[in-house]
Amino acid sequence: MSRDYILHRVRTSLGRSPSEPIPDPPPARILIPEVTLDARVASLIARVEALAGVALETSDPRAYIASAIAGKTVIASNSPYLAACGISSLPGVESGITDREQLRNACATADIGITSADYALADTGTLVMLSSWAEARMISLLPPEHIAVVPRDRILTGLDELFSILPNPAEQSSSMVLITGPSRTADIEQILVRGVHGPGKITVLVAP
Amino acid sequence: MPSEFHQKAHETLANANLQLAIFTATGRLKDKRVEAVGPGELPDYQELRTQANAIKQHAIDNLDHYLELFERNVAARGGHVVYCKDGTEVSDFILALARERGAHLIVKSKSMTTEEVDLNERLEHHGLESVETDLGEYILQLAHQRPYHIVAPALHMTRYDVAEVFTRRLNVPNEIVIEKQTALARSILRQKFLAAEIGISGANFLVADSGAVVIVENEGNARLTTSAPKIHITIAGIEKVIPRAQDLATFLKLLARSATGQLLSVYTSFLSGPRRPGEIDGPDEFYVLLLDNGRTRLLPDKNKRQSLFCIRCGACLNTCPVYRRIGGHTFPWVYSGPIGAILTPQFMGVQQEPDLPFASSLCGACGEVCPVKIDIPKILLELRSDVKKAETRDKQNRLEKLSFRVFAWLMTHPRLYEMAGKMLRSVGVPSIQAGPLRAWTSQRDLPPLPGRSFREMWRRR
Ligand code: SF4
Repeated sequence: MSRDYILHRVRTSLGRSPSEPIPDPPPARILIPEVTLDARVASLIARVEALAGVALETSDPRAYIASAIAGKTVIASNSPYLAACGISSLPGVESGITDREQLRNACATADIGITSADYALADTGTLVMLSSWAEARMISLLPPEHIAVVPRDRILTGLDELFSILPNPAEQSSSMVLITGPSRTADIEQILVRGVHGPGKITVLVAP
Repeated sequence: MPSEFHQKAHETLANANLQLAIFTATGRLKDKRVEAVGPGELPDYQELRTQANAIKQHAIDNLDHYLELFERNVAARGGHVVYCKDGTEVSDFILALARERGAHLIVKSKSMTTEEVDLNERLEHHGLESVETDLGEYILQLAHQRPYHIVAPALHMTRYDVAEVFTRRLNVPNEIVIEKQTALARSILRQKFLAAEIGISGANFLVADSGAVVIVENEGNARLTTSAPKIHITIAGIEKVIPRAQDLATFLKLLARSATGQLLSVYTSFLSGPRRPGEIDGPDEFYVLLLDNGRTRLLPDKNKRQSLFCIRCGACLNTCPVYRRIGGHTFPWVYSGPIGAILTPQFMGVQQEPDLPFASSLCGACGEVCPVKIDIPKILLELRSDVKKAETRDKQNRLEKLSFRVFAWLMTHPRLYEMAGKMLRSVGVPSIQAGPLRAWTSQRDLPPLPGRSFREMWRRR
């Protein structure tokens, strides 16, 4: 439609000609601090808790989850890590869905969604989730509660390290989502309310 | 006669409740920002601002290049880029797509760009249902109002206002507990998300090297909008493009801190194309509508083009002593506060909005807090001078017209014409250069007047 018109206007306004080479952009600013793994774990936990989430390190995430989900409707992602931890096979946990509609219906009625995460960011308390056959978008979004089990060595220092490992996340997935705390709003009188559209409760388990 | 701008400003100043609401809300946001960018939390804040400014400068100076790169990369991931001159082209595209796909229900996440073109009204005019899903925007849509603030759209409303709007528009019992109001909106909107065929979002950034759209939010409604329906349409201004995904390491650190004092917003979505083979969910179709709507008008002037660096964090509004008094609805268009005062006149033309560049005390606070270092006070000054120039030009045009009318009248009355000529010759040229025609004559040289007129000479021949 208006493609050529707009590009032409942009070019003439800037005094550039079609396919004129551009100067090099300023180098990207990526600075990765040295932080030990223990300190990263501690920082992640502190940041998630500061956002009113629950965060803890455990060598037995299966036991923690088994007691947390008693009597609830639960859906878990197809992550091999969750399977390896024995979480997907816990009684009462639905897992292994690959059909979009079926998954959506399951998520819309579940009390809790359980996922892993590709990475976590220590300095902001953030989960990094790439959409794939193993991790669907809806599990961390539709149920009112989200539990994420993150392998300890996946905890990065922060955004800079993430974008140095994934300089172009689009190569991995159609969707990368950074989740920092429970869903919230302050749209009415600046009063904080959690769980407006996404999960109002978030639990991060750091596991071996 | 006072302008509409002045009148609305006075109304806001006279409303004590509103004054308190604006002042408290902006004050809170302001304090949180100060803490979040302080040396304890973000020691390299100034370096990040400098970097953000340099990247935006580079991206805007080479905008055509990055738009084309973005377009190629979106296409490579199976998405489509559509360039739109204005709101009509945006709504025409969406209406045609909705018709083809048999879609009736649209869910929308917050986007100032769609506010610019009154997208909801346009779509609903053609029988589509288009629902705002950000809590604040949803309330405003029900109340038929436009956003009061670019980050906190319903900042001017109290829980009682919300209760009134909900009972009137949704037919529900009066409810003044904010948690319950939120839960009500959640349950109504959840049904919309699950039923909608199309989701429309804005974008905080367009990433050229990835062909990705980046959306930052706290509620989760943008995630639902972009992932639940089968079609996802992004509408973004052409100025939103940045070169690389790695630049997000700079921008994301600044945006949430400047906006609400959070380290990161709750959700940052980085979306490139429709869902891929093997991925369980996500949309089947992915469109990015790139909107001009006046933006290219800001490009020719090297200094003023920095107005397009804005990442809509709202920090300049919260810190502005004028915005904090006169509020958002006093401003004539969707953008308010200092950024509105520089964007609106440039999008619309300074003659259209001559009051705006003067709606500032030039205290400089806006420029100091801007995370991308837009020199707002300097642009305000330049626009003031543009307004003055336009006014003078206007006055000159009026005087010119008047004098030609007098001249034409004299020409049809020969006696009077001769008398006027005699008078002028007796007082001399300098007299008219000092009179009301000064503006006109200061730009033009008049030849000295001869002793006798042509008509006199003709008669004496
Ligand atoms: S002009 Fe700067 S401070 Fe104001 S909204 Fe835009 S980015 Fe934020």
